[in-house]
Amino acid sequence: MPQNPDRIVDHVDLFKQPEYTELFENKRKNFEGAHPPEEVERVSEWTKSWDYREKNFAREALTINPAKGCQPVGAMFAALGFEGTLPFVQGSQGCVAYFRTHLSRHYKEPCSAVSSSMTEDAAVFGGLNNMIEGMQVSYQLYKPKMIAVCTTCMAEVIGDDLGAFITNSKNAGSIPQDFPVPFAHTPSFVGSHITGYDNMMKGILLNLTEGKKTATSNGKINIIPGFDTYVGNNREVKRMLNAMGVDYTILSDSSDYFDSPNTGEFDMYPGGTKLEDAADSINAKATVALQAYTTPKTREYISTQWKQETKVLRPFGVKGTDEFLTAIAELTGKAIPEELEIDRGRLVDAITDSYAWIHGKKFAIYGDPDLIISITSFLLEMGAEPVHILCNNGDETFKKEMEAILAASPFGKEATVWIQKDLWHLRSLLFTEPVDFFIGNSYGKYLWRDTKIPMVRIGYPLFDRHHLHRYATLGYQGGLNILNWVVNTLLDEMDRNTNITGKTDISFDLIR
Amino acid sequence: MTPPENQNLVDENKELIKEVLQAYPEKARKKREKHLNVHEESKSDCGVKSNIKSIPGVMTARGCAYAGSKGVVWGPIKDMIHISHGPVGCGYWSWSGRRNYYVGITGINSFGTMHFTSDFQERDIVFGGDKKLTKIIDELEILFPLNRGVSIQSECPIGLIGDDIEAVAKKASKQYGKPVVPLRCEGFRGVSQSLGHHIANDAIRDWIFPEFDKAKKNNTIDFEPSPYDVALIGDYNIGGDAWASRMLLEEMGLRVVAQWSGDGTLNELIQGPAAKLVLIHCYRSMNYICRSLEEQYGMPWMEFNFFGPTKIAASLREIAAKFDSKIQENAEKVIAKYTPVMNAVLEKYRPRLEGNTVMLYVGGLRPRHVVPAFEDLGIKVVGTGYEFAHNDDYKRTTHYIDNATIIYDDVTAYEFEEFVKAKKPDLIASGIKEKYAFQKMGLPFRQMHSWDYSGPYHGYDGFAIFARDMDLALNSPTWSLIGAPWKKAATKAKAAA
Repeated sequence: MPQNPDRIVDHVDLFKQPEYTELFENKRKNFEGAHPPEEVERVSEWTKSWDYREKNFAREALTINPAKGCQPVGAMFAALGFEGTLPFVQGSQGCVAYFRTHLSRHYKEPCSAVSSSMTEDAAVFGGLNNMIEGMQVSYQLYKPKMIAVCTTCMAEVIGDDLGAFITNSKNAGSIPQDFPVPFAHTPSFVGSHITGYDNMMKGILLNLTEGKKTATSNGKINIIPGFDTYVGNNREVKRMLNAMGVDYTILSDSSDYFDSPNTGEFDMYPGGTKLEDAADSINAKATVALQAYTTPKTREYISTQWKQETKVLRPFGVKGTDEFLTAIAELTGKAIPEELEIDRGRLVDAITDSYAWIHGKKFAIYGDPDLIISITSFLLEMGAEPVHILCNNGDETFKKEMEAILAASPFGKEATVWIQKDLWHLRSLLFTEPVDFFIGNSYGKYLWRDTKIPMVRIGYPLFDRHHLHRYATLGYQGGLNILNWVVNTLLDEMDRNTNITGKTDISFDLIR
Repeated sequence: MTPPENQNLVDENKELIKEVLQAYPEKARKKREKHLNVHEESKSDCGVKSNIKSIPGVMTARGCAYAGSKGVVWGPIKDMIHISHGPVGCGYWSWSGRRNYYVGITGINSFGTMHFTSDFQERDIVFGGDKKLTKIIDELEILFPLNRGVSIQSECPIGLIGDDIEAVAKKASKQYGKPVVPLRCEGFRGVSQSLGHHIANDAIRDWIFPEFDKAKKNNTIDFEPSPYDVALIGDYNIGGDAWASRMLLEEMGLRVVAQWSGDGTLNELIQGPAAKLVLIHCYRSMNYICRSLEEQYGMPWMEFNFFGPTKIAASLREIAAKFDSKIQENAEKVIAKYTPVMNAVLEKYRPRLEGNTVMLYVGGLRPRHVVPAFEDLGIKVVGTGYEFAHNDDYKRTTHYIDNATIIYDDVTAYEFEEFVKAKKPDLIASGIKEKYAFQKMGLPFRQMHSWDYSGPYHGYDGFAIFARDMDLALNSPTWSLIGAPWKKAATKAKAAA
């Protein structure tokens, strides 16, 4: 039937109409050269088997549906958390188009970054001219307070030397001599997006703090959030620290950049860590990283070069937040106020209300290493049982840390930690050893479709559900959000399993 | 045709371009001024330079050759496996980004929304990736036995380190008896995704046409030819566009024997040259293969436009004119069948949309092809431009636009924002990277690369959705909520005082 102007349908319903299903069938039968349906069915069933799992895990060269991106996105993400900062990617321009697109799709916010648009001639002669010209153009056109430079794999393979190129650009007059241009080499064939975050964070701190060391401490605490895409998290950290009366600097705070108000005017650089605060971070009392695997080089640099105490604290769940607050209190001598104790009590109350639906539930999780540790630790507190823990960009250190956490809990005994494995490996794991639910980013929806296992969306990117990134996942209040997402996903699934009238609806309970 | 008052507008817009260019350093200004112009009626060209390198340091919306080859042309071939060969990122950031709809069992006989990569590590850069690639193809054969073929989409490092992917492809193709197609679509090649389209087309010519020749010789083409066989090409089935188009072609009695490349299969790629006529929607991304088909097989081809009832009817008639009276009568029947629905759609939406203006900025064909669809709804296009057009695209554009339309080739984010601030269009129709900046300015926006997760927009079924979507964009009450009322009142009072 042609469209009905009173009820115009788009792809969701349009292609269910008989004329379209006929069209598909006709195309398949006559022109596609398709395999017979029974053959497709046979292979489909086989991919769910242990035999397939073994073959799948035997692969050595091929990566299918990875759960990691490449370095420059992490570098851009770190840079965008500083006031007035324009990320400048030295290399071919397609990468930046992808990075901006990906971040915009996740946050549903603008994302500004430039590239030096290197092409064949730069591949032969190097990208120096591109940087000299690009620096001048982006400085004049977009009026940033800082330009943070990183590389693509192209610039890395041809061996562009950022430090020398930036000096040359300054000498050529593209930008003032004293204009801050921190940089990081971020080859896409080393590490992942979290490596890029670390490299750029170190580069920015190194640049901004040079010569800023004073004789006395400024008494502040530095907080490095890591590659954390929840805009509610930095706000929650600030709320907790403000409640304690702690003086702090968040190093890379993109929570306003990626969640700016709609006022009718476009601001290219909303919010961010003030550059003078970042410069003064060298004089802080201590630096607390909220993630370990996104900050190893940065922490090493701070402890060896700044001679400053560094700590990793992950304020997730009850225990994680307890430890965070206790450690901050020790570092600063400030007391933990009643306000936060009440928050804690409320989270504990909510957990005791809901734990029965979570206790003993088997789950799988994939994502970045710190995210996995934080979320898994919280779920263990409620008696959930991790089964498959898959970290595509995790290393042996992560594996050991994770295994220690699992060993310390009576609920962690059944879990296997998989590093350097992808989502097609996870598909085999979920088919052969199913779980009650799994946690991951939007790419997990393909696993959800194939395995029918309920999915909780936590991580980056979240493309197909709106506003999840706006909430906090850390602190006691963040704990409530995670609890909400997990328990209500399980209850939704239970409703789906008990919703056929007169058939399965015996347990279709009103009160859960 | 041109109202005399529009002459002033031409000058005014030329002045605007000059002003906007002032922000650039001199060298960049000189380069950019060649890409901006105001259309003057009766000129045979938009008068802008195109297909030239973007200036380093500007915010360009352009992608790269890999995006053009894997992302646009080859990626939608659903029963082949497309390897993003090189580091993990290119495939990851573009994974499932284009909504090329297909029917199939993903991971079994279809692979469209998957990401296959060689995930290059440092050692692959140092020692080369050819051995790894060979192994990858072996592993694909074990895990995905129903794949019909493989394409190797090169990322930047492949060309730089000098890997011989052609040799790997030839060997693997022979070993497995199916096409393994190497593509030199490294991102640093060319100035935009456009070269990627060309490279992708050339690979079809070089690696797929020989398969057709073989099939023809061996008599293994599995359909009986009919005088009504057409190939529908240059439609990537975004939100189902190609299906809405195919529907109309079949309704008029034509037989679509190949669909390139949205919802396409290797078999359709191979059988494409067996058609009698090639119908191309996105001229920019597939005109190269039309020329090859013409040269090698004497195949006629024509561009058509399935956006909006005016152009759809015209295109149906133009297509039918290539066939006999039966098809021509059928075309009239199809037009007659849909005319009442289209009239009802227009009756409903045109009064709500008439008099609005829009500025466009998209990729291959849409900066011109969607103009009549907007006009059908009474919306006037006041500015348009392409990310990666060539000179012939701008020539073709003159048929679509009015006097004084601002033309911007490879527009930078800065220029586009300034043009919008000055011309104050009611709607912006562009891509995701532009979307949120303009929405923050309080402007209704539609993504015209991806139809903003809606669609299809092609064909009659698609136009109804297009009309609905433009209405929901322009007439959403949300835009009037922007700005706190007390602040607005204060501004007003200040202005009055």
